[in-house]
Amino acid sequence: MAEASAPLLAVEGLSLAFGGVRALSDVSFGVAEGSITAVIGPNGAGKTSLFNAVSGFYRPGAGRIRFAGEDITGERPPARAKRGLARTFQNIALFRGMTVLDNIKLGRHAHLKTGVLDALVYWGRARREEMELRAEVEERIIDFLEIQHIRHAPVSALPYGLQKRVELARALAMRPRLLMLDEPVAGMNREETEDMARFILDVKEEWGVTILMVEHDMGMVMDISDHVVVLNFGQVIARGQPHEVQRDPAVIGAYLGSGDLAQRARNAEAA
Amino acid sequence: MDWLFLAEVSLAGLGAGALYALTGVAFVLIYKATRVVNLAIGEILMLGGYAFFGFAAGAGLPVWAAIPLTILVGALAGAVIERALIRPMLGESPISVFMVTVGLGSILVGLVELGFGADPLRLPEFLPNDPIFLGEAYLAPKVAYGFAAASVLIAIALAALRFSRAGVALRATAGDQGAAYSVGIDVGRVFSLAWVAACATAAGAGIVVGAIGGISPTMGVFGLSVLVVVIVGGLDSVAGALVGGLLIGLIEALAGAFLGGEFKLLATFGLLVLILMVRPYGLFGTHEIERL
Repeated sequence: MAEASAPLLAVEGLSLAFGGVRALSDVSFGVAEGSITAVIGPNGAGKTSLFNAVSGFYRPGAGRIRFAGEDITGERPPARAKRGLARTFQNIALFRGMTVLDNIKLGRHAHLKTGVLDALVYWGRARREEMELRAEVEERIIDFLEIQHIRHAPVSALPYGLQKRVELARALAMRPRLLMLDEPVAGMNREETEDMARFILDVKEEWGVTILMVEHDMGMVMDISDHVVVLNFGQVIARGQPHEVQRDPAVIGAYLGSGDLAQRARNAEAA
Repeated sequence: MDWLFLAEVSLAGLGAGALYALTGVAFVLIYKATRVVNLAIGEILMLGGYAFFGFAAGAGLPVWAAIPLTILVGALAGAVIERALIRPMLGESPISVFMVTVGLGSILVGLVELGFGADPLRLPEFLPNDPIFLGEAYLAPKVAYGFAAASVLIAIALAALRFSRAGVALRATAGDQGAAYSVGIDVGRVFSLAWVAACATAAGAGIVVGAIGGISPTMGVFGLSVLVVVIVGGLDSVAGALVGGLLIGLIEALAGAFLGGEFKLLATFGLLVLILMVRPYGLFGTHEIERL
C-alpha cells in the first residue's frame, strides 16, 4: 500500500553489472509524485543504464524498483507501460515509415483491450465513447505540443527538434503517471531547448504527470527541476534541490576533476 | 513477333510470379519484424506441399479439410521454429542466425525424405481442369487458379498488416524495436507472430506450387528464386516483394520461351546483379539495411 508521502517511484539499492563493469552500484533515490526529478552526471556515469533498468530494458543484478508502492523489478517493459510508465529515448526512437499521427496513436497501444471476448463485451456505445475520448486526448496532445501542421507528415522527414517533440507526444498518449525523458534537449539549439523546457513544465503542471529526466544541459536542469540526483561511476554522489547540488563539492569534483580544476572553479565563483 | 504467344507466355509468367510474390511476402514478414534472413522459406513451402499430400492422399481427407490443416501445420512449424531455433539466437550475429536457417532447410529436406521418400510425387487433382481463355490467349487453368489463390492470400496478408492490431504491432516493431517495447508492445510475441504468419503463408503457397508442378524434397529451390525476388524488391518491403515477384516470374517465363530453358536462371540472376549495381537496397528497400 502506498502511503500519501511515499514516492511514486522508489529505486532501492539498485546494482547492475555488464560482465566485470559495474554500471550501477547500490543506487537509491525516490521520485515524489508531481515533481520533476533530474538525474545528472558526467558521461559514463550510468544515467542511461539507470533509465533502462527503471523502464525494464535491463534487469538489475540487485535491488528493487517500486512504482506506486508495488514492486515492479521483475516486470517487462510492456507490463510497466500498462502501469503508466512512459519513456523517450536518447537517440530518437520513432516508428519509421509512419506518420506523426500514427506514431502518436501507437502510444495508446498499452491500454487497448485484447481478445475476441473483450471486443464482444466491449462493443457498442461504451467502446465508441472510449474511442472518442482517446481521439480527444490525441487532439489535445497535438495542440499542446504545437505539431498540428505536421500531423500527416512521415516522421523520418522531420527535423530533429520536431522528432523529439513527436516522441514526447507519443509518450503522453500513453497517459503516463511517470514520464521518463532521456536527454530531452540533447543536440537542440537555445530556442528549441527553451520550447522543450516549457513543454516539460506544462506537462507537469497541466497534465499532472510526474517527470524523471536525464539531461546534460545544466541550465535547463537547474531551471525546471524540483529535485536533482547526481551519479558518478554508477553511484549516487549527491541529491537535493538544484541550488544545493550545484554547490556540493563532490559534484563540482566529478564534473571538473578534483584538485586544480575544482579549485579554479571555486576561485571563479568567489571572484 | 507472335503477339498471342507473347501474351500467353506473359500470363503464365505472371501466374508463376504471383506465387513468388506470395512467398516473398512471407519472407519479408519475417525480415521486417525480426531482421532474420530466412533461407529455409523454400523448404517450409515444401513442407506445406507434403503436409497437404499427407492429409489429402495419405489420410484421404477432402480438400476443404486438407487445406486449412496444411496451413495449420505451417503455422505450428513457424511457432516451433521461432521458439526452439531462432529465439535462442537473439543477439547473435546475423550471419549465425542466417546459418541456422540454412541448417533448418537441410533438416526439413531430410525429414521429408525420411517420411515420404526422395521421389517426386503428384498431389491429388483438386483444381478444375477446363481451359481458360483471356481474349484469345490460353492460360493453363492451374496457373490461373494459382494466381487467384495467391492474390487472395496476399490481399488478406496486406489487410491484416495494415488494419489489424497485430499488424500494426508488427509494423511498429519493424520501425523501432525499443520504441515498440516502451509503448507496451510485446516484441517477443510479435516475433512469434511473424514466424507463424509467414510459415502459414509459405505452407499455403506450397499447396499451390505442388498442385501445379508436383512435389519433391528438392522443390525448396523455389526459395532461391524467392530470394532473388526479395533482394530485387528490397528485403523489408512488402510492395517490393509484390513487384519483384511479378517481375521475376515474367522474366523467367520470357527468357524460358524466347531464349530457351537454360537461360531462365541467367536472366533472373543477371537482373539481380544489375539491380544490385544500381540500387543496392533493392527497388523499395529501406536504406539502413544491414548487409550480410
